[in-house]
Amino acid sequence: MTEEALKDLLYKIADDQLILGHRNSEWTGMGPLLEEDIAFSSMAQDKVGSSLAFYTLLHDLGEQEPDTVAFTRNAEQFHNCQFVELPIGEYNFSLIRHFLFDHAELIRFQMLAECPIEEVAQVAKKLKGEVKYHVMHANTWIKQLSNANEEAHTRMQESLNYALPYALGIFEPSQFENDFIEAGIYPGEKAIETKWKENISKILTEAGLTLPAWDSIEAVYGGRYGKHTEHLQPLLSEMTEVFNVDPTADW
Amino acid sequence: MYGGGQVFEPSSTNNDLLKDEDPKKLAEFEARIARGEKIEPKDWMPKLYRKQLIRMIEQHGHSEIIGALPEGTWITRAPGFKRKLALMAKVQDEVGHAQLLYGAAETLGKSREQMIQDLITGKSKYSNIFNYPTFTWADSCFISWLVDAGAIVNQLANARGSYGPYCRALDRICAEESFHLKYGHHCVIHLATGTPKQREMMQEAVNRWWAPMMHFFGPSDKISTHTEILTKWKVKMATNDECRQQFLDMYVPKIWELGLTIPDENLKRNEQTGEWEFTEPDWEEFKRVINGDGPCNKERLAVRRTAEERGAWVRRALASKTKGEEYVAPMA
Ligand SMILES: [Fe+2]
Ligand SMILES: [Fe+2]
Ligand SMILES: [Fe+2]
Repeated sequence: MTEEALKDLLYKIADDQLILGHRNSEWTGMGPLLEEDIAFSSMAQDKVGSSLAFYTLLHDLGEQEPDTVAFTRNAEQFHNCQFVELPIGEYNFSLIRHFLFDHAELIRFQMLAECPIEEVAQVAKKLKGEVKYHVMHANTWIKQLSNANEEAHTRMQESLNYALPYALGIFEPSQFENDFIEAGIYPGEKAIETKWKENISKILTEAGLTLPAWDSIEAVYGGRYGKHTEHLQPLLSEMTEVFNVDPTADW
Repeated sequence: MYGGGQVFEPSSTNNDLLKDEDPKKLAEFEARIARGEKIEPKDWMPKLYRKQLIRMIEQHGHSEIIGALPEGTWITRAPGFKRKLALMAKVQDEVGHAQLLYGAAETLGKSREQMIQDLITGKSKYSNIFNYPTFTWADSCFISWLVDAGAIVNQLANARGSYGPYCRALDRICAEESFHLKYGHHCVIHLATGTPKQREMMQEAVNRWWAPMMHFFGPSDKISTHTEILTKWKVKMATNDECRQQFLDMYVPKIWELGLTIPDENLKRNEQTGEWEFTEPDWEEFKRVINGDGPCNKERLAVRRTAEERGAWVRRALASKTKGEEYVAPMA
C-alpha cells in the first residue's frame, strides 16, 4: 500500500473528527440542560483531540504541522463526509448525528486497532475506548427521548429520516479501498457499513424508531473527494478567522 | 467566572424579615457562626439569611452561565488546537460551575427551573461585566485571565463563609479557576509579547475592559448599602473595596510587566498606605448597565432565553419519563 493511500485514510478520519467536534462545540452554553451541555462539550473536546492525534500522525508522515493543516486549508481540501459539516440544527438532529456517527466511528477504531501499522493501531486503540462511552451516551439518550412522549418521538424520527442519507455518506468508498483490504489495514468502508447497520438497527428498534428500507435511501457522497455543502466554507472561515490574522504568529 | 458587587436585599426588607425571628434561636445561630461552624441545609436559619444566600448563590450561578456566552462565541474561532481545546474545557467548566451553584442554592429551597426563569425574565441579576461585548480574540483572553482573576478574589473570600454547601461548591470551583487563570495568562502573554498586530489587539482589549473590570467588584464601600448583618453572618466575607484592592495589588504589576498600559493615569500604589489609588469609576454607568441598559444585556438574555426555549422539549420529555408515562410508538 502506498503512503498516498494511508494519508487519504488518515485525512478523512481527522477531518471528520475536527469538523464534528467543532460543530458539537457550538452547543456549549446552549444545551437543553446543564448536564447535557457539559456532556456534549466533553465529547466535542474528545473529537477535536482525536483529530489532533490523526493530524499528528500525518505530520509524522511528512505533512505540515497540525495547526497549519487544520487552520489553513479551504473547503475543497477537506475530506470529511458532508454529514459532519451540516449545521447543528435542533438538539434532536445533533443527537441523532452523534448517535449515527459515533457508532460508525467505534467500528472504525475497533478495526483500525488491529491495523499492522503500529502507530495507527495505537491511536485507534486509545480512541475506541473513548468512543465507547460516547456510543453509550448516545444510545441512552436516543432510547430515552424517543420513548418519552409523542413530541420527542416525532422529533427523533424526523431527524433520523433526514440524517440517514448523509450518514451513509460516511462510508463513501475511497479510491484505495482495495489497497486497504489487501494490505490488511482495515476491512474497508463496506465492512464498516454492514456492521454499522446491524448495530444501529438494534438500538433504533429499542427506541421505537422506524428504520426505512436501506435500498430506499440514497447515500450523499462527495465529501471524501472534496465536494461539500455550502455549510463547510463558512465554518472554516469562522474557525480560521483569528489564526489567519497572522498564520505565522504564535497565538 | 463570577462577579462581585452582588445586589442584596434593601435594608427595609431586612428589618421586616428579622423582627419576628425567635431571639433564642437567632442567638444560637449567631453563636455557631461566630465559632466558625458551617450552617447546613437542615439547620435552623433566619429567613433573611436564607433569602440573602439564595439571592447571592443564584446570582453567582447566573454569572457562570451568562459568562459562558461572551467566551463561548470564541470557541469556534480560537486560533490553533491548543487554544481551541483549552477554551472548550474552560467554558465547559463555567457551565459546570453554574450546575454546582444552582445545586447549592436548591438546598435552600428554590428550584433550578425557578432560578433560570428569574434569570431570563430579568428578575435576578448576574455579573455586570458580561453585559459588555467581546469584539476580538483579545477580549476573550482578557476575560479568561483578568475577569477570572477577579472572580477568584471573590470566590476565595466567599469560600470562608458560613453556608456549608456554598463553601464546598466554591472549593471545587476555585480548584478549576486556577487552570483558567493560567490559560488566560498564557493567552495574554502571547498577544502582549507577539507581533505588532497582536500587541495592538491586546492593548485595545485592556482599554475596553478596564472600566468594566473596576466596576466588577461593585460600588465603593462609601456608597454601597450597609451589609453589617451579612458580614456578621458570614454571607459577605470581604467588602467591595477590599476585593478591588486585592485584585489591583495582584494584577496591575503583572499587566504592566507585559508592557501593556492601563487607561487610568491616576492609577498608582500609594507607598505610604499600601493602597491603590485610581480615578473613581463611573458608578452611574454601573447602575445604568446593571439595570438593563448596557451594550449586551438584551442580547445575553435573548440568547439564554432562546437556549431555554429550544431545549424545552428535551426537559418535557425527561419529565414525562420520570412520571412513568412512557410513550408507546404506534405500530407501523
Ligand atoms: Fe467559573
Ligand atoms: Fe473561570
Ligand atoms: Fe472553571
